Amino acid sequence: MSGFVSIRNLRKFYGDFEVLKGIDLEIEKGEVVCVIGPSGSGKSTLIRCINRLEEFSDDSAILVDGIHVTPGRSLARVRAEVGMVFQSFNLFPHLTVRENVMLAPRRVRRTPRAAARAQADRLLARVGIAEQADKYPELLSGGQQQRVAIARALAMEPQVLLFDEPTSALDPEMVGEVLDVMRALAGTGVTMVIVTHEMGFASQVADRVIFMDGGRVLEVGPPDQVLGAPQEPRTRNFLSAVLNH
Amino acid sequence: MGIVETFLNAEVFVRTWPLLVKGLWVTLQLGASSILAGLALGLGLSMVRLYALWPLRLLARIYIDVFRSIPVLVLLIVVYYALPFVGLRLSPFVSAMTALSLVSGAYTAEIFRAGIEAIPRGQFEASAALGLTARQTMIDVILPQAIRVVIPPLTNNSINVVKDTALASVVAMPDLLKQATQAQALAANPTPLIGAALIYLAFLWPLVALVSRMERRFGARRR
Repeated sequence: MSGFVSIRNLRKFYGDFEVLKGIDLEIEKGEVVCVIGPSGSGKSTLIRCINRLEEFSDDSAILVDGIHVTPGRSLARVRAEVGMVFQSFNLFPHLTVRENVMLAPRRVRRTPRAAARAQADRLLARVGIAEQADKYPELLSGGQQQRVAIARALAMEPQVLLFDEPTSALDPEMVGEVLDVMRALAGTGVTMVIVTHEMGFASQVADRVIFMDGGRVLEVGPPDQVLGAPQEPRTRNFLSAVLNH
Repeated sequence: MGIVETFLNAEVFVRTWPLLVKGLWVTLQLGASSILAGLALGLGLSMVRLYALWPLRLLARIYIDVFRSIPVLVLLIVVYYALPFVGLRLSPFVSAMTALSLVSGAYTAEIFRAGIEAIPRGQFEASAALGLTARQTMIDVILPQAIRVVIPPLTNNSINVVKDTALASVVAMPDLLKQATQAQALAANPTPLIGAALIYLAFLWPLVALVSRMERRFGARRR
């Protein structure tokens, strides 16, 4: 069987150090997958391989919607289909909020200005910051900036959305507003792969939870199972450390 | 003759003023065209230096180091006096512009490179994740941010180029300095030289002050 996102024998080295030790993973269309695990377990590296922000070993393969994620034309097609939200937002500081959202549709999809603008305003309203459209990102709070980043990713109408610890850089009081936006996205048909430390969010929203440690996937399953009744001792240790601190 | 009549002789100054203006015009033309050519060359070089295949990258590095090491005056004399031996005879203006922009391009390339490298990696990653091509990323995301960083050092470099235009007088180009030395010989009085010095000052001092102000403001913004 082959999923909408298909990861086969994914291996990656930093020099001699093997960060990802042969990961196989099939993700269905519309599925919401949360990836958890200790820092250094390779979970960020895993999702950064899906749009090839990280290079990976030649004997590995990743396919998105049947397209091989290999350099060249096919990579451009994959990146137009796969949106990404970063821990540190990475908004474009020289562009207004609205221009941040409009840039990729204008350049990559050749959307006419008026249509791109209307779409940007619609998306900004959807993430609850329509009134900030003309401001520059630096004037917004962290939570607002991350919601702009989500709107910017949505502007390309992606089939897949990758979230790389989207709330880890936020002040605690702003985590909720970002998770609310993500919760609203789940179930809209977009496939979501989320690296997160928010166990409550994962248990509510995820169809499947993946626990990674030491560059391997140790446990995969519905949240009740992985978070509620973990089989692996290392999963149990990780969860008790995270939940009891 | 007193010191004022010797160095600031009003009658000589008025008589030689038209010559100085003519020279100033040539200096400004040479300065502006060398600055523009150097900017274009430097931007291209910085792209090759950063993103091309490694043999080209190496060539760009060698170019940049060589032309930052060679004295402009030496280069100018080579271009004007040596190239004719291989059949390439350039006018004084073209020789001077060539020498100045070859050197300015090397400095400008390093300035652009530093500016681009100052942009956080996340900006490149966000652009790539959105599907922008390398070219679109450069034009729409990276360069507009890098320009702000590089304006003070670029202005500094431009000041140096304008100052170095005075070297062109050694290849008989009728620039401000050349006109001033000729006027001095003609009038048998050094006032035109003082006049030329004051004109250079009047043009460049404000620019020097501007760079200091920009650097202060920039430093303050970065905290």
